[in-house]
Amino acid sequence: MQIDIDHLAMLSRLALTPEEKVKFSAQLGDIIGYIEKLKEVNVDGVEPTAHATPIFNVLQADDPRPGLSVEDALRNAPVQRDHMVVVPRVVE
Amino acid sequence: MTTPLHFQTVTELSAALAAGSLTSVALTEAFIARTHAVEARVQAFNSYDTDDALAQARASDARRAAGQALGPLDGIPVGMKDVIAVRDQPLTASSKILAGFVSPYDATVTTKLRAAGVVLWGRLNMDEFAMGSSTENSSTKVTANPYDLSRIPGGSSGGSAAALAAGEAPATLGSDTGGSIRQPAALCGVVGLKPTYGLISRYGLIAYASSLDQIGPFGRTVEDVALLLQAIAGHDERDSTSFKAVIPDYRAALTAPRTHPWRIGIPKEYFGDGLDPEVSAAVQGAIAYYKSLGAEIREVSLPHTPYALAAYYIIATAEASSNLARFDGVRYGHRSAEADNLHALYFKSRAEGFGSEVKRRIILGTYVLSSGYYDAYYGRAQKVRTLIREDFIKAYGEVDVILTPTAPTPAFKRGEKSDDPLAMYLADIYTIGVNLAGLPAISIPCGFTTAGLPIGLQLIGQPFAEADLLAAAYAYDATHDWAKRTPNL
Repeated sequence: MQIDIDHLAMLSRLALTPEEKVKFSAQLGDIIGYIEKLKEVNVDGVEPTAHATPIFNVLQADDPRPGLSVEDALRNAPVQRDHMVVVPRVVE
Repeated sequence: MTTPLHFQTVTELSAALAAGSLTSVALTEAFIARTHAVEARVQAFNSYDTDDALAQARASDARRAAGQALGPLDGIPVGMKDVIAVRDQPLTASSKILAGFVSPYDATVTTKLRAAGVVLWGRLNMDEFAMGSSTENSSTKVTANPYDLSRIPGGSSGGSAAALAAGEAPATLGSDTGGSIRQPAALCGVVGLKPTYGLISRYGLIAYASSLDQIGPFGRTVEDVALLLQAIAGHDERDSTSFKAVIPDYRAALTAPRTHPWRIGIPKEYFGDGLDPEVSAAVQGAIAYYKSLGAEIREVSLPHTPYALAAYYIIATAEASSNLARFDGVRYGHRSAEADNLHALYFKSRAEGFGSEVKRRIILGTYVLSSGYYDAYYGRAQKVRTLIREDFIKAYGEVDVILTPTAPTPAFKRGEKSDDPLAMYLADIYTIGVNLAGLPAISIPCGFTTAGLPIGLQLIGQPFAEADLLAAAYAYDATHDWAKRTPNL
């Protein structure tokens, strides 16, 4: 099984080293080879299961209620200023 | 000879607290002392806060002195897997990407344990983001199996199982996505319960695979696990997959009279190649014991079992790749110092913050969800999941519970499987079907190998029938004293 590790790393937002690319390509090839066995199963007419508990369309009243304070929400921000998270420049 | 405090059951400690022969401060100090004595060898904790624990213990003693004790867990220390939020304490999921993170809020289970008077005691090591079966994928430390320090404690909740087995806590919480409570419980000789999906709120649990993750308790006995479950079960509007189930009295159910003998299903697919002979013999011994109690033993078939592992690794990694997208170096967590634009900030922060197994699973999950492959992998896996669940439901037409080994082998050596992800995944072969089907299951000790390593058996119950499941487990556990064995540390 050949996988395009550069494309997958891009989709995954992961900067991989050349060594990681070689190692992961081989290991993922083995794992994908293994999961191919699902193709043996006849799934014609079978409904998919997203999760196993019979709960559907959970709704709640759209009322304002207290949440995290700004201080708590920003407590772990790597860089912040004036109640905002600082990031590298996005627009010129 | 009296059992030292650190090896007593919660039930025993609770009775001593109620009788006034023990204070929570003395008990908490005993666990702190024990932890100081053995932690250098066991390495179960990512962090603990003795001042905070003793403050909670003093508050418990004050409540009790005022006649306002909150119930059987008031004053009992409980360790938390480092994936469950405890306000003002570190929360890392054993990942470098969360090094230094401090929880701004309590998980719902944490809130519930506080309401029960529990002394929250430390955060326990795990495989990074709960991805693994040996706790070797932790970025912080390597936890040892207390019964053989050269072996792994199982995973991903390896710290929760090892701390309990080593006497560093009388009970702990873990999380179980594919066996992460039951497999380490089996390998460390303690009891571990994965409740039905939806019974316990996941609010404040760092997500790995949201449709499979479930929090659950570890204890020395089934009775202790019943007490813990009582405290944490129940509907929570902050988790939209939380179920409005009726919560019975789990401890009372352990000894409730039964109208008919247990009907126990033995799935032939769980006793095939790869099962260690000593594990098999111990489990057969337990089956014989149930038979001697008058239980009906029936062979059942779960024909889609051979496909469970493949379905699991598609569904779990797909969900993980989506859940872990939130770790981007922007709002919290590790931010690369090397990034001069936003694109590089994402790529480098994630590359520096995540370990190998996490990267592997994110990439695999991204692959199975990617354009052109979605139907072939993810769509098909969700249909196979339906078939796996239907296998169990069909079996429950003729049996009350299903009995299997918990893990195919006893604890393996550190490093033995760490370079072969697929071999490591096979350690969960008997536990993952339960997560895909959303069922409750418990691992209880059922013997030791000749080398002195613990062996566990798994009982699998029907959805939201924890009371029955615990009663079936209690029938064996209460009459065997495997839990009285303790490691030589």
